[in-house]
Amino acid sequence: MAERITSLLGVEATLSHGMPVVQFAPAQVLDAARELRDVHGYDMLLDVTAVDWMGQAPRFEVVWHFFRSTDCTRVRIKTRVEEAAPVVDSLTPLYGSAAFMERECHEMLGIAFRGNADLRPILLYEGFVGHPLRKDYDKHHEQPLVQYRDAEGQG
Amino acid sequence: MSTAAKTTIPIVPAGTPVAKVPTFDVFTTKKDEIVGWARKFSIFPYPFVTACCGMEFMSVSSTLYDTDRFGAALPRFTPRQSDLMMVVGTITHKQAPVLQRIWEQMCEPKWAMAFGVCATSGGFYDNYAVVQGIDKIIPVDVYIPGCPPRPEMVIDGIMQLQDKIAKQHHVILKGDF
Repeated sequence: MAERITSLLGVEATLSHGMPVVQFAPAQVLDAARELRDVHGYDMLLDVTAVDWMGQAPRFEVVWHFFRSTDCTRVRIKTRVEEAAPVVDSLTPLYGSAAFMERECHEMLGIAFRGNADLRPILLYEGFVGHPLRKDYDKHHEQPLVQYRDAEGQG
Repeated sequence: MSTAAKTTIPIVPAGTPVAKVPTFDVFTTKKDEIVGWARKFSIFPYPFVTACCGMEFMSVSSTLYDTDRFGAALPRFTPRQSDLMMVVGTITHKQAPVLQRIWEQMCEPKWAMAFGVCATSGGFYDNYAVVQGIDKIIPVDVYIPGCPPRPEMVIDGIMQLQDKIAKQHHVILKGDF
């Protein structure tokens, strides 16, 4: 149990700065996370995020980080999803902490998590159109909620 | 003992007529000047603190720099009792409706201060999430740049606002008064 992960679900792990990284197809992620938790004892989900590789064929790369509190080691799981259907399985059945991190990933990058019942925005507001951390979102594109004063200004 | 006896206050018997002391009982001035003088020393600020500038606000309003010296010390934590809104920190688009609503709850006369560069122009948050200056939402009387501003800058801003209040036309009475 204490040794480093070398493979998961039969997929070889690569090392990135000393951390094992395993790449999966989107459908395998939930099973891989279950094996990590139940067999290998990775008891904490540290982070759910995604990377926008604009221009590449499967555009988004969803990334999970897991942590084992007995020996303080970490494992990273990655999967690639298409822009047309950026859907992966939610890890909320396994880790409660997944709920809010998946919400943030959903509002910022538009990744949908199948099985997470509450994907309302956290940092953004209702009515915000688009996903601001996608590379094709113009960073100066503001969506104000209140009417701006005109240049002359009243009262 | 003899010198102490000389400085004791004489006992005046009851019924003795009091001599009139020469004082100024009446003076003339302009209504705007006296109202402005009164108002500039009784600024009740409402601190709308949203970000790290709040630390600087605490510093400038507490003992060491002490904005109490300018009559602008007692923070009122309801907008209905205050007449200076100090917007201290970053205002995001999500928060802008709250800021506007609180500003509208304040009674006239009222003034607004943009405290720090984020409230002034958005600062280095040059992006989709932050209002690029609160003057897009509410009218601002004095801008204090800095990230965060030095206490001396805040005090200078308060003094400039006091000058502005002193020179304003204060509508408190009808024309047929």
